Amino acid sequence: MSFITGVGLTPFGKHEGSSSLDLMSKAAQAALDDAGLKRAEIDGVLCGYSTVSPHIMLATVFAEHFGIRPSYAHAVQVGGATGLAMTMLAHHLVEAGVAKHVLVVAGENRLTGQSRDASIQALAQVGHPDYEVPLGPTIPAYYGLVANRYMHEYGVTEEDLAEFAVLMRSHACTHPGAQFHDPIEVADVMASKPVAMPLKLLDCCPVSDGGAAFVISRARTGETGVRIRGCAQAHTHQHVTAAPALSELGAEISIARAKEATGLAISDVRYAAIYDSFTITLAMLLEDLGLAGRGEAAARVRAGHFGRDGAMPLNTHGGLLSYGHCGVGGAMAHLVEAHLQMTGRAANRQVHDASIALLHGDGGVLSSHVSMFLERVR
Amino acid sequence: MSKRIADWTKGEGAITYQACTSCGHVQYFHRAFCAACGASDPPEARASGKGRVYATSLVCRAATPETRAHVPYNILLVDCAEGFRMMAHGDNGLAIGDSVVASFKPFAGTLVPYFAKEK
Repeated sequence: MSFITGVGLTPFGKHEGSSSLDLMSKAAQAALDDAGLKRAEIDGVLCGYSTVSPHIMLATVFAEHFGIRPSYAHAVQVGGATGLAMTMLAHHLVEAGVAKHVLVVAGENRLTGQSRDASIQALAQVGHPDYEVPLGPTIPAYYGLVANRYMHEYGVTEEDLAEFAVLMRSHACTHPGAQFHDPIEVADVMASKPVAMPLKLLDCCPVSDGGAAFVISRARTGETGVRIRGCAQAHTHQHVTAAPALSELGAEISIARAKEATGLAISDVRYAAIYDSFTITLAMLLEDLGLAGRGEAAARVRAGHFGRDGAMPLNTHGGLLSYGHCGVGGAMAHLVEAHLQMTGRAANRQVHDASIALLHGDGGVLSSHVSMFLERVR
Repeated sequence: MSKRIADWTKGEGAITYQACTSCGHVQYFHRAFCAACGASDPPEARASGKGRVYATSLVCRAATPETRAHVPYNILLVDCAEGFRMMAHGDNGLAIGDSVVASFKPFAGTLVPYFAKEK
């Protein structure tokens, strides 16, 4: 059994003068405080990577900086799926008795620490160095290709995709830590600058500074426990050129494995925290996971299904699209928000019942997937 | 190891692929083995350059001065006649399902495959 005993999240946006280590430390301290634990009680550290400050041993760099001497520590790299992959590993480490309290942490000054061009270039390197990168694609182009094909196969329109940007912005407007607080409409998304068609600026997540952390423990430290009920991964390819057909992507495989591991069904889920690097990512994942029928996710957004008061509240902090994306910490914000919802601490964003949450992360170009079920226990 | 033949990734105007003699698997990313069965040295062959558009994305925001000079450029995934999928450039108006044929164009200091509608 494993529990998420504490969570920490900085605001996303500009943190002028903060390094990646500063942002990691800030989030880590917040998570420790939330769990009611002292530094010395942390015996495991898992951390993400920083594109601004790459290091071959970031976990020990962080541990030394933060002032802890863990018995288990290393970094994990699975692109956007890193946060949930670390959580899955922490779950297994704790269950296996390797560690008692594992600190999972990531932070990056991606917005102020390097130029936007540098971020775009760094991320484009997930493409094949010989067969893709020389063609000048960007991450939005990789996802633009997927979007073009998905729209073709399932009759999804650009206006449909825009709905997800509008929804995430409306959620971000209610969170003081979000990068964007100006409401937008479908027309704004449609009129925003073309980036990699069919994706426009407002279909894309921003580049942000920020940090996030959690503590995964063998036993709960507070009254309300958030238990990791079970999780699973799937990795079908790295490069979009080598991706399988849309009907055979990893999200469907990992969710099937996670359902089998937990005995849970999608109908049990009360809150959804789903990776949303682009509007197409969110639309596809919702449909791959079974949170909406094929080609039907946008209609569900329009009907209020994924709103705070809807049947399946989704990314109530605003997601990557509007809370922001600081690299590994970006998708970890989804878990922090799920935890706040499950423990009744989401303030004006609180949903009616977040007793069981489904989390899903995606790395690369729908390459690596992690699905995870969390359950509230009293 | 079979003799290397010309390929666009080496700056030459050709598209090549590998076809495994043991299991028949066709692969575009060249390796010293077949990714399906592991057999060594799958022979290389030159592709016809004919295929069908699988997906397109018109890049309007590039990240380097060299690539920015070409904006907008259309990135394609093409299902080639020989049974492999590749990424390439192509005419701006291309749509999914179009039959296309390859030529080669300079792009950001290198030579890249460029597809246009088959006439």
